[in-house]
Amino acid sequence: MNDMTTFDVEKIRRDFPIFSREVHGKPLTFLDSGASAQKPQVVIDAMEKAYLETYANVHRGVHYLSQVSTELYEGAREIVRAHMNAASVEEIIFTKNATESINLVANAYGWANLKPGDEIILSTLEHHSNIVPWQLIAEKTGAVVRAVPIDAQGEFMLDDYLNMLGPKTKIVAVTHISNAIGTITPVREIIDAAHDSGAVVLIDGSQAAPHMKLDMQALDADFYVFTGHKVFGPTGIGVLYGKAEMLEAMPPFLGGGDMIERVTFAKTTFAKGHSKFEAGTPPIVEAIGLGAAIDYVNAIGFDKIGAHEQMLLAYATEQLSQINSLRIIGQAKHKAAIISFTLDDVHPHDIGTIVDRGGVAIRVGHHCAQPLMDHFDVAATARASFALYNNRADVDALVASVRSVQEIFG
Amino acid sequence: MFDDLRELYQEVILDHSKKPRNFRHPADANHEAHGYNPLCGDTVNVYLKMGHNGLIEDAAFEGKGCAISLASASMMTEIIKGKTESEARHIFDGFQKLVKGEENDFDAGEDTEKLMMLAGVKEFPMRVKCATLAWHAMTSAMDDKTEVSTE
Repeated sequence: MNDMTTFDVEKIRRDFPIFSREVHGKPLTFLDSGASAQKPQVVIDAMEKAYLETYANVHRGVHYLSQVSTELYEGAREIVRAHMNAASVEEIIFTKNATESINLVANAYGWANLKPGDEIILSTLEHHSNIVPWQLIAEKTGAVVRAVPIDAQGEFMLDDYLNMLGPKTKIVAVTHISNAIGTITPVREIIDAAHDSGAVVLIDGSQAAPHMKLDMQALDADFYVFTGHKVFGPTGIGVLYGKAEMLEAMPPFLGGGDMIERVTFAKTTFAKGHSKFEAGTPPIVEAIGLGAAIDYVNAIGFDKIGAHEQMLLAYATEQLSQINSLRIIGQAKHKAAIISFTLDDVHPHDIGTIVDRGGVAIRVGHHCAQPLMDHFDVAATARASFALYNNRADVDALVASVRSVQEIFG
Repeated sequence: MFDDLRELYQEVILDHSKKPRNFRHPADANHEAHGYNPLCGDTVNVYLKMGHNGLIEDAAFEGKGCAISLASASMMTEIIKGKTESEARHIFDGFQKLVKGEENDFDAGEDTEKLMMLAGVKEFPMRVKCATLAWHAMTSAMDDKTEVSTE
């Protein structure tokens, strides 16, 4: 434990009401934040306040509540912009989740730009949400989806990627952090090389946003997506960052109210900037909740969050490695605090059921990353994913519950 | 604290999952179906050799899965061998109600006791699909449907 003096995890835990409850008569050990994170009281309060005191539709009325609601909604956009260090709020689009953000780009950009034989490069690490939208648009346009391999440790194979890039490469869509095994990919090199060969890049930051500071201007990705509920905000809100010139050149995705400039039956002209991609009444209160969540994590500071999580990762890796027959899947050099593992002869679903009885919540299954599971020749794994509110006692509870799996299975 | 887990993971179940019976692909099988649980990726192939008048002369399976699904598949093949198609369907019907914790008059004759071993599943609703996957595949095989998914 290096400089943790100003990072008080017990205080942080008290910010999250869920930790006052028990599960199966045991204190809750929540190690499934990679699937969805718990919510601090400030997020719940911000959303409640929005419904109780300021609720009205945005961008429509001239009345008082509509104005306040609009200011809060657009205020949340500014919070997201600052958090991502995007050049302008016009580059921040609110969606339903990261999946919708990717589908938006695949459809709007892909449909307008892909031709038969063009290539879309993904990686073996991808979540299904960064595979299937591309397959769907490839089917419609005649483009081809290719996947960059990973090595035995779960590292993105940069040399293979560089060799795959070529004049046919139109889109590169790669995760920032693997949801299933925690690998942090070399996004800087991936983006630069793609740009050198004239391709545009989308980065799936769903697992990165809760763990690290984002900087769009330094990163230079054309598109970057994340989801609100994994970064301690509510469900139903996602973010798509798109470079201004990319958004300008893209046709809309969904049509409807709020995304238009002028509608006649002969021709409709579209709004500019983010508005072009936000058809219909947006998730107003969810955006406000997301803003509160981002303010919350930034007040703690990502340097401290990152250091705390890396401490937990090292401790958990060390403790779990002492268990006979436990195999950690994915041992990349740079990893986020996600540990996927298998136990000889014990199916992950049996692990999940047994540790749950000890109050330990982990994810078991294929983690919506079946090509990755195939790579490691497993049908499923057990996955513990850590967040800022986890502590060493959580690791100890996990290890003890995994040992009880061994006891039961003899 | 682990009483319900001990109930779920009884010795007999662990034994069947570690050493599944009838884990093979009979060359003379004339009905088969593939069962798949997209939630966990578990997969099972059920093979039946059906004689005239609906007698199940042989039952076997192959697949990958958790202890519950393997044990259930293994016990199923032992139980349905020598039964008629309608008897096997009737046993499944009762068994399914049993593991779902529904009202039932489950009676599989001399096999009742064996299947009652899996009754612990009813305390774990997320695991009912594991316990019934092979049985769904069995009925699909009888119906000459080749694929069944739990979703």
